[in-house]
Amino acid sequence: MSSDAKPTRGAPVKSINLHVGEIEPGVAKVDAIIVADNVTRTFGGLTAVDVAHVEIPRNAITALIGPNGAGKTTFFNLLTGFDKPDTGTWTFLGKSLAGIPSFKVARLGQVRTFQLTKALSLLTVLDNMKLGAKGQKGENMFAALLPWLWRKQEEEIEAKAIVLLEKFKLDTKSEDFAASLSGGQRKLLEMARALMSDPTLVMLDEPMAGVNPALTQSLLDHILDLKTQGMTVLFVEHDMQMVRHIADWVIVMAEGKIVAEGPPDAVMANPAVIDAYLGSHHDQDLGEDDPETIHAMKELLDADDES
Amino acid sequence: MVDFWQIIQNAAVEIISPTTAAYALAALGLAIHFGFTGLINFGQAGFMAIGAYGYGISTLTFHFPVWGAVLVGVGGSIVFALILGIPTLRLRADYLAIVTIAASEILRLVFTTNTLDFVTGSADGLSGYKGGFAALNPIPKGTYGFGPFTMNEYDLWLRIVAWVIVAIAILLAWQLMRSPWGRVIKGIREDEDAVRALGKNVYFYKMQSLILGGVFGTIAGMIFILPRAIVPANYATTLTFFIYTILLLGGAATIFGPVAGSIIFWVVLSAVSGFIARAQAAGWFDFIGMSSVQAGQSRFIIVGIVLMLLVIFRPQGIFGNKKELAFVK
Repeated sequence: MSSDAKPTRGAPVKSINLHVGEIEPGVAKVDAIIVADNVTRTFGGLTAVDVAHVEIPRNAITALIGPNGAGKTTFFNLLTGFDKPDTGTWTFLGKSLAGIPSFKVARLGQVRTFQLTKALSLLTVLDNMKLGAKGQKGENMFAALLPWLWRKQEEEIEAKAIVLLEKFKLDTKSEDFAASLSGGQRKLLEMARALMSDPTLVMLDEPMAGVNPALTQSLLDHILDLKTQGMTVLFVEHDMQMVRHIADWVIVMAEGKIVAEGPPDAVMANPAVIDAYLGSHHDQDLGEDDPETIHAMKELLDADDES
Repeated sequence: MVDFWQIIQNAAVEIISPTTAAYALAALGLAIHFGFTGLINFGQAGFMAIGAYGYGISTLTFHFPVWGAVLVGVGGSIVFALILGIPTLRLRADYLAIVTIAASEILRLVFTTNTLDFVTGSADGLSGYKGGFAALNPIPKGTYGFGPFTMNEYDLWLRIVAWVIVAIAILLAWQLMRSPWGRVIKGIREDEDAVRALGKNVYFYKMQSLILGGVFGTIAGMIFILPRAIVPANYATTLTFFIYTILLLGGAATIFGPVAGSIIFWVVLSAVSGFIARAQAAGWFDFIGMSSVQAGQSRFIIVGIVLMLLVIFRPQGIFGNKKELAFVK
């Protein structure tokens, strides 16, 4: 990635014509990076995720939205190997990922961030960044004892980390413990750290949650910038302004299923989506509102937050 | 009258004693587990017992040379670490704590059982395995040192070997912790899911850490038995907690902390028990009716109080950086 790429300002360039044929849930994409089929995950009697078919377009920004408890984060965890599905298969760049552990998924170029930011608090900001680099010789226990084997690579990694930190305006903090950063800065650090591995697909779980409004614009610019650099972004978000502003494609989940998808403006005109997000039933699930289901969903969401 | 000069001399002996070296090495192994990786190992006594019995049994029953006996102990501890780690390292940290404390007790009870008396000596333990080590001694017979540090050629040889091993272990740990390997290990302590999301095989790293710290504990167990006999009662859970005391005293996420902690622990323990025993004999504690048996026990009460004060007022230990590790996260 080039160091002089300026974050995009003003109205982002939207990718269009991503789909093939009629727009409906599960529509085929011209160029899909992830294709998932029959992915289900149940917790006890509750079906958290039940996705029949979905494709994520390559080199575009896709938003995954839906009310609380819709199964977005669970679906995220399944795709990244942090959770195991009951059934289903999915491919990433044509390679089947079902049953592959999370660290191998990351090595294939699909990195993620977390809803509750996971900055490594008692490591310095710079060490956080360096940890993100792939294929480090010095991470082998025996090679670690022979510093001349990895010193040169370490210097390259450090130089790369400093360039990224400058871009994310964290360079002045590089020697501080990550614990001393603000919530928004930690989000930035987590994203920058993920970029150290030169990923193909970046998956962001609620990148805007808890971010100070002053940092929001900068975070949005960084996400748009990922696309300019040729990466694909999939993110979960509640903030509809953000979704409308930067997403090229929106997928709506409710009760574990994909209920709608399409370009942002079309999706937001969809009555079911309006009802869920902007209408009077703001806090309720789409579809039938069985009080027991809502209760179970809430418990599930709490469990998600703890994990 | 209380002979303070004698108390100071006895305490000074502990500074370089092989027991201090053994505890320092075991605590360094625990620092790798607990301080750097965040693995809660409550079975360090078990790793030490494997070193002690591995060495003793190979020498006495199988007549192995010193290097063979050392290899048996180290191999045994790697197997022990794998048995503990394979089922538990995928689970939350507390499971390892439960399994290690139970496994080390199982080991101690197996070594104590009468059924295995012909190899382990059951409750009487083992002795008479020092010949091979003494035969390697290049130092001529005689008396060496000065003042409280006067010793014979075996004691000098043992001290040199013990502290050279500790020095090598410190160098190894220091180099590992400043390498990219150490960065992954410390990342795992902070949040293993985040490290996993960056493409690191967390389970494999935790296993490496468990084995490395365990081998340090095992070699410490061998140093520990060279000035004394093997007695199974020494490997009770109290041993693990003394090592934790030393680790927290020096600083859990430090390299030199365990050594300094071990020296301070043994010097203070010796001084306190020496003082209490002599003061009791001199009648200083007659006003509370303390017997000589009670005087012997009271040093552990004082150690317990010191540990509590330490954890409350200086959780990062003597050498630790308060920002880097505040006791238990």
